[in-house]
Amino acid sequence: MNSRIKVNSTELIAKYVFIVSAAIAIFAVASITVYMIAKGTPALKSVGAVDLLFGTSWKPTADSPSYGILYIILTSIVGTTASILIGVPIAVLTAVFLTEVASKRLAAIVQPAVELLAAIPSVIYGLLGLMLLNPFMFKLEKILFNDSETHQFTGGSNLLSAIIVLAIMILPTVVNVSVSSIKAVSFDLRAASLALGASKIQTIFKVTLPAAKSGILTGVVLGIGRALGEAMAINMVAGGSVNLPLPFSSVRFLTTQLVSEMGYAEGIHRQVLFTVGLVLYIFIMAVNIVLLKLRKEASAND
Amino acid sequence: MINQASIQSTIVSKDLASNISLVSKLNKRKIKDGILYFFIYLSAAISVVLLASIIIYVLVKGYDKVSLSFLTSVTSVLKGTVGIAGNILNTVIIILITMLIATPIGVGAAIYLNEYAKPGRFVSIIEFATETLSGIPSIIFGLFGMMFFGQTLGFGYSLLTGSLTLILMVLPLITRNTQEALKTVPDSYRHGAIGLGSGKWHMIRTILIPSSLPGIITGVILAIGRIVGESAALLFTAGSAKILPNTLADLFPKVFQSGGTMTVQLYLSATSEGDFDTAFGIAVVLLVLVFLINLATKKLAARFDVTRRK
Repeated sequence: MNSRIKVNSTELIAKYVFIVSAAIAIFAVASITVYMIAKGTPALKSVGAVDLLFGTSWKPTADSPSYGILYIILTSIVGTTASILIGVPIAVLTAVFLTEVASKRLAAIVQPAVELLAAIPSVIYGLLGLMLLNPFMFKLEKILFNDSETHQFTGGSNLLSAIIVLAIMILPTVVNVSVSSIKAVSFDLRAASLALGASKIQTIFKVTLPAAKSGILTGVVLGIGRALGEAMAINMVAGGSVNLPLPFSSVRFLTTQLVSEMGYAEGIHRQVLFTVGLVLYIFIMAVNIVLLKLRKEASAND
Repeated sequence: MINQASIQSTIVSKDLASNISLVSKLNKRKIKDGILYFFIYLSAAISVVLLASIIIYVLVKGYDKVSLSFLTSVTSVLKGTVGIAGNILNTVIIILITMLIATPIGVGAAIYLNEYAKPGRFVSIIEFATETLSGIPSIIFGLFGMMFFGQTLGFGYSLLTGSLTLILMVLPLITRNTQEALKTVPDSYRHGAIGLGSGKWHMIRTILIPSSLPGIITGVILAIGRIVGESAALLFTAGSAKILPNTLADLFPKVFQSGGTMTVQLYLSATSEGDFDTAFGIAVVLLVLVFLINLATKKLAARFDVTRRK
């Protein structure tokens, strides 16, 4: 009788330990959300929501400081969009290569390469961008803006460098998700298309890819999330001043703004940085919700 | 007669015309196909060339910076040494603390989701939370860790704050890998154990966890890889100190002191310190680590597949 009770209590304890472990994820997301909102909103009052979100002048340490983060928000949007526009076509075509075109031997070279690209720490991308991309951009800048009197030279640390680094960094994410969704397309569809006289390429682009559309879209949204949230690599290549996001301007992203100023900011400046964090968090949550919807649709279609 | 002939000839010429247009269509299609093939091959080549050039460039720039003294000493102007031993130790401590706490929690969560929970509101909230957690960028984890563990709980800039922050970050990785592994354990194992009179906890401990061990280990290794590469979440939580403790007894208090991992040191070396030799030296070490971790997960995944096929 006694041992029976002991077993039952062990069972019960085990069950509750597991429940608590599972609930920690909820606790984490809830407290992150609460903290981001609690720390991110005071600046909206002390600076003024409109001045803060739509102001274009960022002078946090001036005598009469101004805290406009519009250019920072725009940079994140422009940078992410551009990197997606460059990265996604390359990624989807790579996925097509891996699933439809490549022989097993070739795929065995390309697939691990893509996986390793995903594993390389972002600071290494930043380091290489700093050493290779920036000097190249500086040369280009000198040629392009030779006669310009208004252009501020950046030494190559500009939006374009950041976009290229981001486009490379989202490649593995989009490739991997696209590969699995292309692989999931039924072979019958391809066979039918080929039997009707379509060429292999026509089959890929008119039948297989459209059928894998929702999976590829999931990959793209994941890529958007990755690009929006990337901080260290682009902080090393994008320059250090808040500007309108033009290709050859030194810019600050939402993430790089946090990385480079959080260390020393005080008072209202610090509050504003938390608001920058909140804006980033809202963007990320929006991306997450879209992702969830896409996944639900995909599982409903199955 | 003439009429018929002319009709026939128009039919023939129409046929011919459509044939010619078909041929030119086919030609066009071939050209189009060729162009698209070109872009497909080009895209695939980009990934390979990128990886190869990254590896080659880092190795060429950094191989001669890595030496025994680089790995075993601490950079000091006074002693004239350059090294990353302190950063290596910090990285190891953070990995140990993080994984010691995150692994049981992550595995526990997976066991709950897979073995106990019935589909319902609570489960979908947990799954939503796990999903969201894996989508949050590391810089946000860094901010939260700085505010919550650093300020609210008062751990300041310390290895502990960094580890606690990273636990939240790697949790979804471990949960998901364990869940996948649990799903591959055949139901007959469970029925067999329960049928023989085992309690649920006993069954989990003796049957499920051992059978899903490769999956759990894969998750742990992936998490370690993530920690090794992490920088944004650690910059404002664990800080950047790089000193080594003098004695073994100093090792424990170190947990409550600031310490930069290799990745953080690489960032600082390449930016504010302008010490590219150290940066490339660390980059070589990191690349080797990342490569080994990648290899290990692949080996494990392969073994995992074999057990699944049985």
